[in-house]
Amino acid sequence: MTALPPEIDSWFAAKGWHPHPHQLEMLARGGDPATLLVAPTGGGKTLAGFLPTLVELTENPRKGLHTLYISPLKALAADMRRNLTGPIAEMGLPIRVEDRSGDTTQARKKAQRADPPEILLTTPESLALLLSYEDAPRVFANLERVVVDEVHALAESKRGDQLMLCLARLQTLRPDLRRVGLSATVEDPPALSRFFMAGGCPVLTADPGPDPDIAMLTTTAPPPWSGGGAAYAIPDVLEEVKKHKTTLIFHNTRAQAEIFFHNLWLANDEGLPIGIHHGSLALDQRKKVEAAMVAGDLRAIVCTGTLDLGLDWGDVDLVVQVGAPKNVKRLVQRIGRANHRYNAPSRALLVPANRWEVIECQAALEAVLARDLDGDPRGPGPRDVLCQHILIAACSAPFDADALFAEVTRAGPYAALTRAQFDECLDFVATGGYALRAYDRWQRLKQRADGLWQLRDPRATQLIRMNIGTIQDTDTLKVRMRQNRKQLGEVEEGFAASLTPGDTFLIGGRIVRFESLKEMFVDVSHDRGRKPKIAVFAGSKFATSTQLSERILRLIHRVDLTALPAHTREWIGLQREVSHLPQAGRILVESFPHYGRAQTVIYGFAGRGAMQTLGLLLTRRMEEAGLGPLGFVATDYATLIWGLHPVEEPAFLFSRQDLVDALEGWLSENALMKRSFKAVANIAGLTPRNFPGTRASGRQATFSSAILYDTLRKYDPNHLLLDITREEAMRGLIDFGRIEEMLDRTDARVDHVITDRVTPFAAPLFLEAGRVPVEGAGREALIQAEAEALMREAGLA
Amino acid sequence: MNTYRFTFRDATLDFLPSGALHWPDEGLLCVSDLHLGRSERYARRAGALLPPYEARETLTRLQADIDATAATTVICLGDSFDDDAAAAGLDEPVALWIARLMAGRRWVWIEGNHDPGPVELGGTHRDALTLGPLTFRHIATADAVGEVSGHYHPKARIAGRARPCLLADRQRLILPAYGTYTGGLRSTDPALTALMAADARAVLTGPRPVPIPMPR
Repeated sequence: MTALPPEIDSWFAAKGWHPHPHQLEMLARGGDPATLLVAPTGGGKTLAGFLPTLVELTENPRKGLHTLYISPLKALAADMRRNLTGPIAEMGLPIRVEDRSGDTTQARKKAQRADPPEILLTTPESLALLLSYEDAPRVFANLERVVVDEVHALAESKRGDQLMLCLARLQTLRPDLRRVGLSATVEDPPALSRFFMAGGCPVLTADPGPDPDIAMLTTTAPPPWSGGGAAYAIPDVLEEVKKHKTTLIFHNTRAQAEIFFHNLWLANDEGLPIGIHHGSLALDQRKKVEAAMVAGDLRAIVCTGTLDLGLDWGDVDLVVQVGAPKNVKRLVQRIGRANHRYNAPSRALLVPANRWEVIECQAALEAVLARDLDGDPRGPGPRDVLCQHILIAACSAPFDADALFAEVTRAGPYAALTRAQFDECLDFVATGGYALRAYDRWQRLKQRADGLWQLRDPRATQLIRMNIGTIQDTDTLKVRMRQNRKQLGEVEEGFAASLTPGDTFLIGGRIVRFESLKEMFVDVSHDRGRKPKIAVFAGSKFATSTQLSERILRLIHRVDLTALPAHTREWIGLQREVSHLPQAGRILVESFPHYGRAQTVIYGFAGRGAMQTLGLLLTRRMEEAGLGPLGFVATDYATLIWGLHPVEEPAFLFSRQDLVDALEGWLSENALMKRSFKAVANIAGLTPRNFPGTRASGRQATFSSAILYDTLRKYDPNHLLLDITREEAMRGLIDFGRIEEMLDRTDARVDHVITDRVTPFAAPLFLEAGRVPVEGAGREALIQAEAEALMREAGLA
Repeated sequence: MNTYRFTFRDATLDFLPSGALHWPDEGLLCVSDLHLGRSERYARRAGALLPPYEARETLTRLQADIDATAATTVICLGDSFDDDAAAAGLDEPVALWIARLMAGRRWVWIEGNHDPGPVELGGTHRDALTLGPLTFRHIATADAVGEVSGHYHPKARIAGRARPCLLADRQRLILPAYGTYTGGLRSTDPALTALMAADARAVLTGPRPVPIPMPR
């Protein structure tokens, strides 16, 4: 075991602390080229990551950048600076620690490049930007270690892919660079280590600690049949808040957090201090809540995934998850937010928002106690990120294609990239990669006589640097008070466009009245006592994971259902009597008349995205079969389709080849594809989001990426970006993989139940929001009707 | 073709789904803001390399409108080219295509702010053109009567979808941009609300042109 230097040892002693075994083990492995540490929340991961740096710099003080720390959150980097500077000062160590992010001033950033601190705390995007400068080799000349925090979270997005490319770049600059990854508990640590380092690296797993104290909240009122608000549970949640010091109340979407917070306030007779925190709130609003939280001034915080990561929130002793957790791994990580102390059980309560979620919550908490985590394997590194990386490389210096290819394949996500794929990306960046070779004179990259690639026009660096990163914000507009211009937060542009003056919506827990849309601002005023329209935030709608869906299917078939509340047991029993219980190995289809329409319910248990896609595909098949489908709605478990004529024999709907063909045909016009394309085109550098000059003028100069998509499909259907878009949509928004998994598991065996009325499991579907009309002639008819009404109203008809 | 027929200063006009304006009595077709060569200009200025197909896409639609209306006069209402260099640098198939479209009919290029100079493609070059009750120019003027202009790329939103649109009141018409790679300016923008009278209409492009009160 490595002994601690006296300064550090006596600091631990003075605090009365002992390093955890895994912290000492990390120190012992300090010289290894790469280690992935997997430890539960509150396991002192970050100290474990920094301890070798502190020891090295204590034993051999030196100037220049020694350790780079990268976290997915700006706030985490800033927080870490505070957490490190205190102990470093107390230990009397000669170590300078600074953070760097988009919020750092230009002057400060310049100074950091000229004279880097020993420890620099930053984000993946800021690192990519640092690497785009010509002086990157000098800035990183003495770099010894990289510590990447929250690797599990980074691995779930393109930000992680970009970071791994940047680490490969750093490793080229510093071949002896050592890297440490810090991760929360994940289902497959070796796979994560292969993401972190091509070929994988040793994994150190810390003691996972005691089982959490987790249960479903017992409520006085039963949950409703449908919906996601969980308003029924407000009094019981409030009781729990009173019983605990500090409670985090997690929601899956921002809109749900807003509504819940609003209702919680209405019921909060004792005036308990309760705050709200989510990604659409103005920065200073969020900071205020964070500060109050750290100071222990708040009894509860209603929040979303923004509080999933890192920051030490002080004395949280209860986590409440409202709505089904959808994914066991995330639930475990959230639960860890309570009792942020090593080896103390975390206390958590699940609050299902409706009947289906009662079953899902029970299945999830059983999975948590069985330590059975879920997760989907990662696909190969996305090529749009690689295109951006090639641009960044060209910004920093002329490059050799062979060397860059070799470097890229040393990044875990790109280890299997072929040379042909790389060359295709390079060609796209250099010439646009079009079948029509139109840009010979104006190539973006030129190959010089010595074979190196460089930017044709050095002025291009500004535009490229302004657009570094892979985070895709939906287009949002700032919301501000009309009187004092105080900013409250953001709403999606589409939502803002749907507002007419006088409409009300919730933001930051208060009701505001829409006044006007001016330039890039939504001007609002206070409004009391009205029922608000709801802000449609970008909050992601997760799909229930494959593993959790399997558990749910097993759970409902149990002989002994006593784990579930009585109302849910009765509901399941009734479904068994009236129809069938869905099974993993068969597709259950129910047909019955309701509301004067022929209703068809397909229980596929493939997650929301896939069930939504299935709705699109099946209505297309039904249209062809002359069944006159009018619309559908999808949940994580089932798709409900209504139309003019009943489905007599549903087996024809599930032919794999037909579904694949329908997908191909339907893909071309699909809005989901266009949304995927928009992100791909942004990241790959085809449609920059930011332009030199003001944001507004930049936006006016742009045109819809949907037009580019249509043009490419028509004139260049094999273009690289269309290929990337297809690959991405199939995995992401369209989630065709889960449909295929459903077909594999059921082998298209269909049980068809025909009844004369709505079945118990189908009933909640009729209350489900998010009904999708079948597109086509219907859309035009809708526009015509609305236009005529408007003209009549204006006296112009 | 589904067109929107209306009377403007005693002229009977058809607004076409594509965004072109047809004056049947004069055999005249008017299109605005083609912005040909936009992708080339972006590339030249070290911006992104956009799919270089927008000129053919724009000309395909223009050809279809000319064929459908059998127009004998075509007016391009300015900003036909993204800049003068783009006009000079058209690739050969596109230049030939334009020449084929121009053959056998009167063709008027109105100057725009993007393309002030004359182009080498033949046809007539004017800063404005008056025909009967109508005056064609690129940018609307404050007190004009019977004016047909472009420049602003107006668009309007209905049922959650924004589409390029024609703006029309008793004094003037403002045509949408016809070019494929052209963004739009909401009709609610002060530049447009200041120009258009209170009772102005917006006619949206699309499978069937749709008139609505101009959103402001």
